[in-house]
Amino acid sequence: MVDRIADIWGTRTPYARGERWPVRVDQTLAPGVAEGDVDRWVQSACVLCSNGCGCDIAVKDGRMVGIRGRQADIVNHGRLGPKGLFGSWQGVDTGDRLTRPLIRVDGELVETDWDTAMNRIVERSRHLLDTKGPLSHGFYTTGQLFLEEYYALGIIGKAGVGTPHMDGNTRLCTATAATAMKESFGSDGQPGSYVDIDECDAMFLFGHNMAETQTVLWMRVLDRLAGPNPPRLVCVDPRETPVARAAEVHLAVRPGTNLALMNGLIRELFVNGWIDDAYIAAHTVDVDRLRDTVERWTPEAVAETCGVGADDVRRAAEIFGTSERVLSTVLQGFYQSAQATASSCQVNNLHLLRGMLGKEGSGILQMNGQPTAQNNRECGADGDLPGFRNWENPQHVQELADLWDVDPDTIPHWAPPTHVMQIFRYVELGSIEFLWISATNPAVSMPQLERIRRILDTDGLFLVVQDLYLTETARYADVVLPCAAWGEKTGTFTNVNRTVHLSDKAVEPPGEARSDLDVFLDYSRRMDFRTRSGAPLLDWAGPEDGFRAWQECTRGRPCDYTGISYERLRGGSGIPWPCNDANPDGTVRLYGDGVFPTDPDYCESYGHDLLTGAATGPVLYRATVQPGKAWLKSEDYRPPHEEPSEEYPLRYTTGRTVYQFHTRTKTGRSRALNRAAPGAWVEVSPADAEQLGIVEGDVVAVRSRRGHLEVPVRVGDIRVGTVFAPFHYGYWDDGGSEVSASAHHAANELTMTEWDPVSKQPVFKNAAVRIEKVRDCAGPSPAPTTAASRPACAGHRTAGRATGPGGGPGAVPATVGGQEGEASERFPDTAPPRVASSEERP
Amino acid sequence: MKLPVYLGLLHEAERILARSFRVVADGHGDEPDVHVILGTLAGQCDRHVEALEPVIARFGSEVEGEEEHRVTADGVEEVRTGALGLLLDLQDLYVLVHHLDVMWTMVGQAAAGGRDRELLDVVARCEPDADLQSRWLQTRMKQAAPQALLVAA
Repeated sequence: MVDRIADIWGTRTPYARGERWPVRVDQTLAPGVAEGDVDRWVQSACVLCSNGCGCDIAVKDGRMVGIRGRQADIVNHGRLGPKGLFGSWQGVDTGDRLTRPLIRVDGELVETDWDTAMNRIVERSRHLLDTKGPLSHGFYTTGQLFLEEYYALGIIGKAGVGTPHMDGNTRLCTATAATAMKESFGSDGQPGSYVDIDECDAMFLFGHNMAETQTVLWMRVLDRLAGPNPPRLVCVDPRETPVARAAEVHLAVRPGTNLALMNGLIRELFVNGWIDDAYIAAHTVDVDRLRDTVERWTPEAVAETCGVGADDVRRAAEIFGTSERVLSTVLQGFYQSAQATASSCQVNNLHLLRGMLGKEGSGILQMNGQPTAQNNRECGADGDLPGFRNWENPQHVQELADLWDVDPDTIPHWAPPTHVMQIFRYVELGSIEFLWISATNPAVSMPQLERIRRILDTDGLFLVVQDLYLTETARYADVVLPCAAWGEKTGTFTNVNRTVHLSDKAVEPPGEARSDLDVFLDYSRRMDFRTRSGAPLLDWAGPEDGFRAWQECTRGRPCDYTGISYERLRGGSGIPWPCNDANPDGTVRLYGDGVFPTDPDYCESYGHDLLTGAATGPVLYRATVQPGKAWLKSEDYRPPHEEPSEEYPLRYTTGRTVYQFHTRTKTGRSRALNRAAPGAWVEVSPADAEQLGIVEGDVVAVRSRRGHLEVPVRVGDIRVGTVFAPFHYGYWDDGGSEVSASAHHAANELTMTEWDPVSKQPVFKNAAVRIEKVRDCAGPSPAPTTAASRPACAGHRTAGRATGPGGGPGAVPATVGGQEGEASERFPDTAPPRVASSEERP
Repeated sequence: MKLPVYLGLLHEAERILARSFRVVADGHGDEPDVHVILGTLAGQCDRHVEALEPVIARFGSEVEGEEEHRVTADGVEEVRTGALGLLLDLQDLYVLVHHLDVMWTMVGQAAAGGRDRELLDVVARCEPDADLQSRWLQTRMKQAAPQALLVAA
C-alpha cells in the first residue's frame, strides 16, 4: 500500500521516448471491504479533473465501495490520482445529500415532491415566456454533467425556450482554450494527444500546474523524466510549483504579463530562424503582422516587463526552437489572466511557426479544467451552437433547425451567446427574471463574491438550483432539485484530448434524487415544447437515445461521433473523436495534414480582434480567409487594468490545490482529502513576510478594492510581491449559512469583475491587494506541504522571532494521509494499451 | 488650400472622441467590458492626435469660425442610465466614430492627390483603428439591443 496523500503521484515506472507508458493499476476499497467481497465492477471514468481517467467502480450490496483504474484505457494506463482514489464515491456517498426537492415557502426552503417543485418551475417559466418572452430566461450550467445532459439542455435553450442566455462554468475554466483554437484554427478541437508525452523531446507548460491539476498526466511526465532521454521542461508560473521544480527553465512571470513573454518567445524564433518557412507559406496567414507585433519584445524588454531573466527567455526560446519535438500545454495561468486569448493564441503560433502540429510528440494541449467541459463546448451548453457550428452562418443554423424540426428563427443567432458574466449583469438589472443553475456554485466560484451574493438575492429573481448538495448557491434558490451523482446515472463524456468514455450507472441515487437528464427531459415535457410537426421536442427515453441524437448532430462536423456507440465504449478503452467511417478507430491527433477548419462554410467562428473582441463578421472573413490555412493571430501586450499601488502594493492571484476540486462539494466531504487541505490560506514569499512582519501561520487580512479575507499565512515559494490564495474554500461547512463579516475566506471575495474581451473568461489571476497582520499564529497554516504550497525552502528569521523551516514557530508537519490515504498499486506484466487509432505504429 | 481645415477638424474630432469614450467608460463603470475597452479605444484616439501633430505643424490647422463639424462638435458630455441609456450612448459614439472614419478617408484622398508620403503614412496607421472601433461598437450594441429594447425595465 502507498500513502497517496503523502505520495501524490505514486511509484515511478520509467520509460523512454517512443515507448508506451507502462501500466500501473491503482485501487482503493472502503475500509473492511476486500477484493473478494465486491459484487461487481462497473465501468466509468473519473470526474474529479479534466484528465478523464478510465476506471471501474466497485459495488457491494447496492453501494459504491471502491475504485480502480482501467489498465486498458489509453488515458491513464490504470492509474488514478488522489482525488479519484479518495473523493469519487467517498464524495457522493455521504449523509448530507439532497434527497428531496425543496421549495421556498415563507422565506424558508422546505421539502416537497417532484410534481410540486417542477410545477412551480413550469408555472413561472411559462408565465415569463408569455409576458416577457425568452430573453427573460437564463441558464447557467457546469463542466461536470454528461454529454447527453448538455445536449438536452442545449436543445431546450435554443429550440424550446429560444434564449441566447445560456452558459457553463466552463466560461471560468476553459472558454479561452476553445476560443484560442477557434481563432487560430477556425474551430474548437484539441490538436494534440496525451500520447505526445511519450514522444516529445521538450515540454512547455504555460500557466499549467499539471502536477496538481491533472496528477495522472503528470505521472506520465514524471515517468518520462525518470527514464532515458527525458524531455526538457520549461515552466511559466509565478509560483514554484512541482512543475517549476522539475523544469530546466522556470519563468516566474509577474501575474498579468504572459503576453509580453509570449511575444518575446515568438520574436526569438523569428530572429534565430527557428521557423519553418515552407510550412508557414503553405499553411498559415498573417505572418508579417505577427512579426511586426513581436518586434519590440527583445529578451531584455521581456525581462523588464515580466520580471524574469533575459537569458532565461533566450534559453526557453532555444529549447522551443531547437528541440525536434515539442509538446505545449496551457491552463489557467494563461486562461484566467490578462489578455488570455491573445496569450493562448501565441502558444498556437509557436507551433505553427515551426510546423509542429499533428506529428508524433509535437502538439498542443489547450487544457480543460473540468471532466466534461469538452462536452459542454461541443453540445452548446456554453451557448455556442452544437457540433461546433457557427451562429453567424445561416446554413449551420438551418442544419440544426432541420435536425430538430423547428423554425430556424427559433434558434437565437442574432448575436453571440450571452456569457455568464453578462447573464448575471442582466439578472442584476432585472431583465432576466428566471435563472436555472445546474451543478455549479457561483456563490463561491465567480469573481467579486459580495456582488454575486447580492445578484443571487435579487428581488424578483426566480432561481432554480439543481445539485447534489445544499451549496452556498442553493441557499438562495426558490426551487432546489436533488440530482444523481457520478455512479448513479449513465452517460458519456469527453476529456481534454477528445477521448470519449462511457460512465455506467453503478448504484441508485439516494432518496428521490434524479439524473440531471431526467430533470431536463421532464421540464421539456411539462413545458410542452414541440417540433414543427407537433411531436415532442425531446422524446428521448434515456441517455442512449440522447447519444444517438448527438451522433446525428455531429455527422460531418469536426467532433464527429458517428463511429462511437455505447456498445463500443463498453469493455475496452475510451475512443478519441473524430470517429467515423474515415477514422473508424478514432483519431489521435488533428491537423497532421496542415489543413485547418477555416473554410468559411465549415468554420465554427469568423474570429475576433484580440484587443477588443470586435467580431470580424462574415464579409470581412470571407474577404481575407485562405480556406484551410491557420490564422497567426497576434496582439501587443498591454498592462493589466489593476496594477499594484501605494494603497494595494501586492499582486494577487488565485488557483488550486491538489487535494480539492472546485468549491469542495465532493472533495471537502472526503476525510482523506479534506484532512490534507482542510482550510483556506494565502501564500506570501519569505521576503514579503519579513517586510510585513509576519511568519508562517499568522492570521492576516488581505484586502482588495472589492473585499477582504481573513486567513492564515503560508510563507512559501512564490515570487516576491505576489500573493496566492486557493479558490476552493467557501462557507458551506462553516456551520452557518450566512457569511459573516469577519469570516471571509473565499478567494473570490477579492477578485475583479473583468473578463477577456474575446473568450469572456473572467480575470481571476490579477488584482492588487494589501496585507495586514490580524493576530499571531496558533500553529502552521493548513496549506499542504506536498506541492506548490509547501513551506519556503530556506528557513528565515522575522521580526526577531525564531523560525523553523517554512517560517513559523516550529516545523510545519508534513501532509500525510495515514491509513485513510492508502491505496494499492499493481504492476501487471501486460503491454501498455496501444493508442486508439491505427494511424500510429500500425 | 483647405486641407488645414480638414486637418484641424480631424484633430479636434479625435480629441472629442477620446473625451467621449472616456465619459461613457466612466459613466458605465458597472459594465466592465465597456469601461475597459472604451478606455483602450480612447488611448487609440490620443495616439491619432499625436500622429497628426507633425502634419499640422507643416500645413497648419484652421478651425476657428468653421462650422463644418457642427453636427458632432460637442461629443458625448454625459451618460444616460439603464440598459437603454447604454445603448444610446454607444450609438452616439458610433456616430462620432463614423464621422471620423470618413474624415480620415477624405484626408487620405487629399494625401494621395498631393502625393504626400508623410500624410499617407499617418492615415494608413490611424484609419484602421476607426474601423475597429466601429466593429467593436457594433458587436457590443448588437448584443445589447434585444435585451434593452424588449425586456429591460
